[in-house]
Amino acid sequence: MGYVLEVKNITKRFGGLVAVDNVSMGVNAGEVVGLLGDNGAGKSTLIKMVSGVYHPDGGKIFFMGQEIRITTPMDALALGIETIYQDLALAENLNVYSNIFLGREKLKKILGLIKVLDHEYMLVESRKVLKKLEIEVPSLKNRISMLSGGQRQAVAISRSMYWDAKFLIMDEPTAALGIAEQKKVLDLVRLLKSQGLGIIIISHQLHDVFSVADRLVIMRRGEKVAERITKDTDPNEVVGLIVGAETVKR
Amino acid sequence: MDPNHSSENKKGFLIFLGRRWALIFLILECLVFSFTTEAFFSLRGIQIVLFYGTTIFLLGTAETFVIITGGIDLSVGFVMGFASIVSAKLVVLFTNMGVSPGVSILVGVLLTWLIGLIPGYVNGSLVARLNVPPFIATFSMLGITHGTSELLIRGVPAKNLPYLANAIGNGYFIYSVPGKVVSFFQKPEIQRGELLLEIIPNMVVIAFVFILIFAFILKNTKFGQHTYAIGGSTDAALRVGINVKTHLIKVYMISSFFATLSGTVYMLQYVTGKADAGAPFLLDAIVAVVIGGASLYGGIGTVGGTILGCLILSVLETGLRIMGVPTFDKYIAVGVILILAVLIDQFFPELIHRED
Amino acid sequence: MIGNGIGTVQLKRSSRLLIPVAKNWAVIFLFLLIAVFSFTGRGFFSLTNFQNILHLSTIFLLLSAAETYVIITGGIDLSVGFVMGLSSVLSAKIMQLLHAAALPQPASILIGSMVGITISLIPGLVSGALIARLNVPPFIATLGMWGVTNGITLRICQGFPISFLPSKLVELGNGYLFYILPGRAFSFLHKPPGLQDTQIRELIRIFPNSLLFSLMVLFILWHVLKHTKFGQHTYAIGGSMDASVRAGINVKKHLIAIYTLSSFLAGLAGVFNVFQTGIGNFTPFSAMYELFAIAGVIIGGASLMGGKGAIVGSCIGAVMIRLLENGLSISGVEPFYRFIAVGLILIMAVVIDQMFPELF
Repeated sequence: MGYVLEVKNITKRFGGLVAVDNVSMGVNAGEVVGLLGDNGAGKSTLIKMVSGVYHPDGGKIFFMGQEIRITTPMDALALGIETIYQDLALAENLNVYSNIFLGREKLKKILGLIKVLDHEYMLVESRKVLKKLEIEVPSLKNRISMLSGGQRQAVAISRSMYWDAKFLIMDEPTAALGIAEQKKVLDLVRLLKSQGLGIIIISHQLHDVFSVADRLVIMRRGEKVAERITKDTDPNEVVGLIVGAETVKR
Repeated sequence: MDPNHSSENKKGFLIFLGRRWALIFLILECLVFSFTTEAFFSLRGIQIVLFYGTTIFLLGTAETFVIITGGIDLSVGFVMGFASIVSAKLVVLFTNMGVSPGVSILVGVLLTWLIGLIPGYVNGSLVARLNVPPFIATFSMLGITHGTSELLIRGVPAKNLPYLANAIGNGYFIYSVPGKVVSFFQKPEIQRGELLLEIIPNMVVIAFVFILIFAFILKNTKFGQHTYAIGGSTDAALRVGINVKTHLIKVYMISSFFATLSGTVYMLQYVTGKADAGAPFLLDAIVAVVIGGASLYGGIGTVGGTILGCLILSVLETGLRIMGVPTFDKYIAVGVILILAVLIDQFFPELIHRED
Repeated sequence: MIGNGIGTVQLKRSSRLLIPVAKNWAVIFLFLLIAVFSFTGRGFFSLTNFQNILHLSTIFLLLSAAETYVIITGGIDLSVGFVMGLSSVLSAKIMQLLHAAALPQPASILIGSMVGITISLIPGLVSGALIARLNVPPFIATLGMWGVTNGITLRICQGFPISFLPSKLVELGNGYLFYILPGRAFSFLHKPPGLQDTQIRELIRIFPNSLLFSLMVLFILWHVLKHTKFGQHTYAIGGSMDASVRAGINVKKHLIAIYTLSSFLAGLAGVFNVFQTGIGNFTPFSAMYELFAIAGVIIGGASLMGGKGAIVGSCIGAVMIRLLENGLSISGVEPFYRFIAVGLILIMAVVIDQMFPELF
């Protein structure tokens, strides 16, 4: 099939509770898959196994066709699997370019010996990536705490893009945003899709998912209950699958 | 907005002042004291401020790192006392073994620096690995180092330290007889009636060498950047792959190192070791860090700001002492300054924290 | 921190036993300590000694109770030690002055105490206002108060303890409810008159006055925390200040009340101290009362994050610390080991709390 990322029979247990039960799914390059389900369905747990936060108790993960073992978040990042969490994982007290380079700061040598932060470089590179993604932020030297929700989301996405993400996981990207900003983020998603990224989006906002996702995977109580091609279904059916209604209206 | 508009200019000026309120306060303080006392704003006066301030500069730097990560280190005072006792005992031990005073002191101090990393390691491990809140972990360490210090000393203060220790601890970097002699570290012979200038106490030199090194690290290296990141959002730091646990342990070890440094300085200055040598300075150190602009919630702060805060407190203490005002009032003043610092921070956050 | 499990954990049979042990670990540990010290210390396991421990715990019980309320709301009060000193010095000064002015003893004692207690409301009001209205973090606000009250205290007493107080003071402060000379005499509140020295040694004393008073205070505090709206709101604020505000609780007023209560109790402790020692004294730095008070509360099960804690637990914690000191010294161990011991127990308390979060 040529999936960028694929999970086969993946399972996760916490004590006696089975959070993810034998789920298999995949995402192609240049494709957006919407991962849907009610609270407690296992969506977050599933993506946390892909991003290295949790270890699977069963099953396999494949990236670019190769089986991989991810033991820490660093492993996932090294492969090019970037995750944008619901709370964005930005440091409020640091500025924009520091956040983009967080954890992977660029250093330069002074006096031939001592390694210090290369602020110039990080600033310039950050400007480039923000420009490429057509994002506007007043000043890259401003602390994150001064940015709006949408701008922060954009910075988080820029961080992933800078590090050559090949696969992007977005957890509730539009949750705390206003209408205009939601639209901007979705435009960004489409742009990334066109650049060949594979993307999983978790969201409760069905109309957002319907507007960007090519395929939908629905989970309920840890299991994958359905997979649909977006244009072949509608929100009603999807809601029914999410909550498990026996009768599904068409 | 027309930048030439006069009210804009006024506002800009006020913001400029507001950001530097601590500096302005310090200058005012110095001015007041130089009028109300003799010889405050003299070479001698400044030396005294620096000499007594050394302890708080070091403890303040210690706390700066920890507070930026959103934690706190209550053990610095007693780690300092512990270090003063350990270094005193080691120096006496080596001297009694027949080693020359110079070498005894050097080895004793270096060994103490090494030993002094242990409390920090434990603090950091408790906080990072066992999730013990910093307040509790470092309070426990306070108790443990206090107990250990008392154990080592069993009520008898360390004595019989070589004279060299005193000379180093209370000596100056530069001595000068104006017009005649300039010498480093060694007090020159003087005739009666000649003026001897003593500039920059040795201990201040040592303290500032380390303070400057670590201030540089905090500001310009990855380590410093990550320290701020952890303070700003531990979660974010974790998720970008920063090894928060190891980093925190290192931060608490830095704190403990500076406390130890302060203890060895104390030993050299007062030629003895005392278990509670640092106890009165703990709160001063924290106050200095807050005055210097840090937030107890973490993520913000600088060594420079802390030193400024330390200077404010040190000048206050010295000035009051010279004036003969009982130090009781100092506590009141410090309390008020502390609250003012926080209030200013609250009411004018744009002043202090905006970067352009 | 990421990586924690979600949902409930299925309990294995063996860990079912662990739960009640963990939940009551403090009490169990207390009994363990008593058992150990009874062996290692002569005279530890005696009525006299236990009453002595409780008598000396009085101040710490009050201070820990004060901190309990504050810590439950997620705050902290670093000034209690010095407020205690202030009240001790102030009330002693007044008693001294009135006594010297030939006022009858009960009057000077009463007036002095009242003044001490009333004035100690002020630091709490100020801290509370700073915290509630000006959003100053509790650590800083109470730290500031710490400095200010200490300064004022030292000004009043100039660094010297205040003595020449009415003699009835110490009698009352160190007295017991009942005195029994087996087979011979029985009296209330004061020693039976006309006893010979040898007989005094055989006197059995029961129930220190100080314990009686503090139990009364503690009972009221316990009742308020557990059974009243005020107590309920205290927990609510600690759990979620936001939710409390939105539920209509006047959080600002409540917080001011909490800090005032805290400093009131510290003031009460100060007065008790005067009764027990017979002098008014400022609190030296090294006493670290506030830290021990907080330690007692944490050992008793509270969390520095707020939302958890109880008077009973804090009392157990406070008594445990005093018991440790007493036991160690009777066993001939150098007293500074207790610093180490308290440190370790505190860590244990927190770690246990972490391991079984659902329990507490």
